Amino acid sequence: MTGEDTRHLPLEDLHQAAGARFGAFAGWSMPLTYPPGVMKEHLHTREHAGLFDISHMKLFEVGGPGAAALLNRACPLDAGALEISQSKYTFFLNEAAGIIDDLIVTRLGENRFMVVANAGNAVEDEKHLRALATDFDAKVEPLDRVFLAIQGPDAWAALARAGIETGSLLFMHGIEPRQNWFMSRSGYTGEDGFEIGLPEKDARDLIAKLLEDERVQWIGLAARDSLRLEAGLCLHGQDLTPEVDPASAGLMWAIPKEVRAGHFIGADALRSIVERGPSQKRVGLKPDGRQPVRAGAALVDAGGNQAGHVTSGGFGPSTGHPVAMGYVDTALARPGTKLFADVRGTKIPIDVTSLPFTPHRYRKG
Amino acid sequence: MAKTYFTEDHEWLRIEGGVATVGITDYAQEQLGDLVFVELPEIGRKLAKGDTAVVVESVKAASDVYAPVDGEITEANGSLSADPSLVNSAATGHGWLWKMKLSNESQLDSLMDEAAYKAHIG
Repeated sequence: MTGEDTRHLPLEDLHQAAGARFGAFAGWSMPLTYPPGVMKEHLHTREHAGLFDISHMKLFEVGGPGAAALLNRACPLDAGALEISQSKYTFFLNEAAGIIDDLIVTRLGENRFMVVANAGNAVEDEKHLRALATDFDAKVEPLDRVFLAIQGPDAWAALARAGIETGSLLFMHGIEPRQNWFMSRSGYTGEDGFEIGLPEKDARDLIAKLLEDERVQWIGLAARDSLRLEAGLCLHGQDLTPEVDPASAGLMWAIPKEVRAGHFIGADALRSIVERGPSQKRVGLKPDGRQPVRAGAALVDAGGNQAGHVTSGGFGPSTGHPVAMGYVDTALARPGTKLFADVRGTKIPIDVTSLPFTPHRYRKG
Repeated sequence: MAKTYFTEDHEWLRIEGGVATVGITDYAQEQLGDLVFVELPEIGRKLAKGDTAVVVESVKAASDVYAPVDGEITEANGSLSADPSLVNSAATGHGWLWKMKLSNESQLDSLMDEAAYKAHIG
């Protein structure tokens, strides 16, 4: 399954010892599940705390007097307006306003920012950012870090027990609590939680402490996917692609109003899309019954006319029913609209629904 | 006395009176993970060896289960509609998938017995 170019996590030995089943994702050999299995792992994260190795994702530090200006060019963002430690969900857009990658940018200092990018796009992201950086007085430095996520209602208490206080850190804020550490209150599950980039040795020490706590369990990529889908969060490569713009994706909330008139890459294209209205919109989809509807399934309306397609789909262990998201013609995007998904020739009734499927439980204040 | 055969695709068949009860092995259910849906076959459907008989869906993916021999579906395990996880908890028992009347019993000769299957999965 895994080719010779497959990359291996620095902590692979820990996952092997924990009994992980591995699979390929975005060029990496990743732990998909551990012995409890995706269902229990998913529910454990919502009830207690899940520990995820997300070292396939990439951290970049962008620094220098022109750092904010560089980010404002690459992203529909006012980086200089961020308070120190404030994080912002944003994107790299192409000239057509297509989403090259979705990212989280955190302001670390006056002229220093942390950019967290997706595994599958990290190489392209770095190239893109470096090419743009030549026009600015800014440096792009990829960091060599282990990256962990600890997610769930007990995440803060488990970290406190391991000697890491998180009390004053609120959702979508990030700090550097120790030398070469980056810790943000954020995640990909809809739960309260943290993402921590740190040197490998520190990571091994932290993990050993965290796993002494029975509230903490390793969680694989399979549950990471079902958790984020229930939370209505997008996976780049599926729900977001360079062919999809933020207006169609329903992510205009991530672009501050005063930035929309600005000069970021893709600004003109995005303004004209917003003006005429996107032809399709991202929606939540709830299939009738128990049969999951997967990515790629075609959607039709009651008359059998093409209505859109599914971009992510599976079973929601917390909702207890199948969950999906996809793109439908704007006229059909209203929650409650009844459509049909084609699953191996059978038409499964599927309702357009609002997202998320499970309420977010972020700690905002 | 019923005899049990195994396929390289990790299915088992228990033969009684010319009818095979078919399921997936414990090894297969472990590989698939928690099942959330089983698409059962229609009674009376005629299958050739290698046709997709059943689709089992885990949280993450859908996988085909193939007819291990030629035959006609005589029964599907309806209890899986309410509880697909029976395949995980009792793959070779209550988690059986379907029964089929064999149309060519000589095809059984090419299948494995339990010892050969155990060697196959290592």
